[in-house]
Amino acid sequence: MGTAPLLRAEGLACRRGDRLLFRRLSFEVRRGEALHLTGANGTGKTTLIRALAGLTTPFAGEVTSEGAIGLLDERPALDPDLPLGRALAFWSRVDGFEGAAQSHAALGLVPLLEVPVRYLSTGQRKRAGLAALIERRVPIWLLDEPLSGLDVSAIAQVTQMIAGHVAGRGIALIASHQVLEIPGLRTLALEDYAPRFEAEEDAQ
Amino acid sequence: MILPLLKRDLGKFFPFAGGGAALPVVFFVAVAMLYPFAVGPDANTLSRTGGGVVWIAALLAAILPLEKLVSQDIELGMFDQLRLRGLTEEVMMAVRLLAHWLSFGPPLILATFPAAALLALDGPTLHLLLLGLLAGTPGLAAIGLMIAALTASLRAGAALSGLMLIPLALPILIFGAGALARQDAASLGFVAAISLGLVAIAPFAAGAAIRAAREV
Repeated sequence: MGTAPLLRAEGLACRRGDRLLFRRLSFEVRRGEALHLTGANGTGKTTLIRALAGLTTPFAGEVTSEGAIGLLDERPALDPDLPLGRALAFWSRVDGFEGAAQSHAALGLVPLLEVPVRYLSTGQRKRAGLAALIERRVPIWLLDEPLSGLDVSAIAQVTQMIAGHVAGRGIALIASHQVLEIPGLRTLALEDYAPRFEAEEDAQ
Repeated sequence: MILPLLKRDLGKFFPFAGGGAALPVVFFVAVAMLYPFAVGPDANTLSRTGGGVVWIAALLAAILPLEKLVSQDIELGMFDQLRLRGLTEEVMMAVRLLAHWLSFGPPLILATFPAAALLALDGPTLHLLLLGLLAGTPGLAAIGLMIAALTASLRAGAALSGLMLIPLALPILIFGAGALARQDAASLGFVAAISLGLVAIAPFAAGAAIRAAREV
């Protein structure tokens, strides 16, 4: 099982509206590996992550995954009117998880538990979303801009957590504009898979 | 997984739970309070037309919660996270339908007692009205949920959902209010049948709608 692939894309193509974002994208991420997804705004990082998560159907190609998938994107799915502690407790109940205090402390969320979610900053929400993701204990992490809006110390914390997840034989696929300091990180540049016109391809 | 979800949905939509959730009930009673002022205090006119007014008030009160019923949770990413935990959209929508009905059906039925007093309704009329609302409000909730899910990703969704509910709710209104005019409980059977059909298809229609809303 050691090298069994856990997340694989074959000949993937996705579009947004009428526009083809990327095509012929194939990759494989195995246990204990991390993949850094790069690309300018609008190249389809979020679209790819949603297709990998199985939320949308790709235009062409196939996604296969073994193991549960966790997603962290810009919407942490926490009720804005509830205090953070109760909003997170909902997901703990859904996931049947106990002992949330540990991940809350590690992410510096303890002083925020009484604050309604709508008063939290982008970075604080991001950390709360990550806490909910950690509690699920799933092998595959899909992270869409996990570091955006975080301060320097939080970036170090979150990077360390991702590295820890990968070191614990997990999988991480991270879309980010930031430089990630995670050992053994591979990079996938989505621009390489952007569609080109036929004439351009012939000229090569 | 379903119980915490139902609890959370109820906490969000149940009257007086916050977020203006009591508005439908307040609106419903307000109509019953204002009607005698508008048509005059003649008890005969009131008791003859009052039952129909209660039905109209119930129908309009069903429109009020629609704006937040589905669209807010799409924006929050709630349905995406539940999907990743293996819950299907149909189950999410069935739970939402139950929570939506519980948070406006029974409160409206309770509010019918003060409304009936304000409109000078007699005993048999009140009896038919309560039975009719019990049979009809699940159908109104189902129509509302389907419309809310279909219009969730539209900018003018809230205004549109009000317009869309009216023609779809007409059969329930015709049989429900018609039972009062004829003092005939049999047509409430039609109301119950329509409601049952709507409740059966709503989770599937609404589930397909929120899946489709992702593909843009």
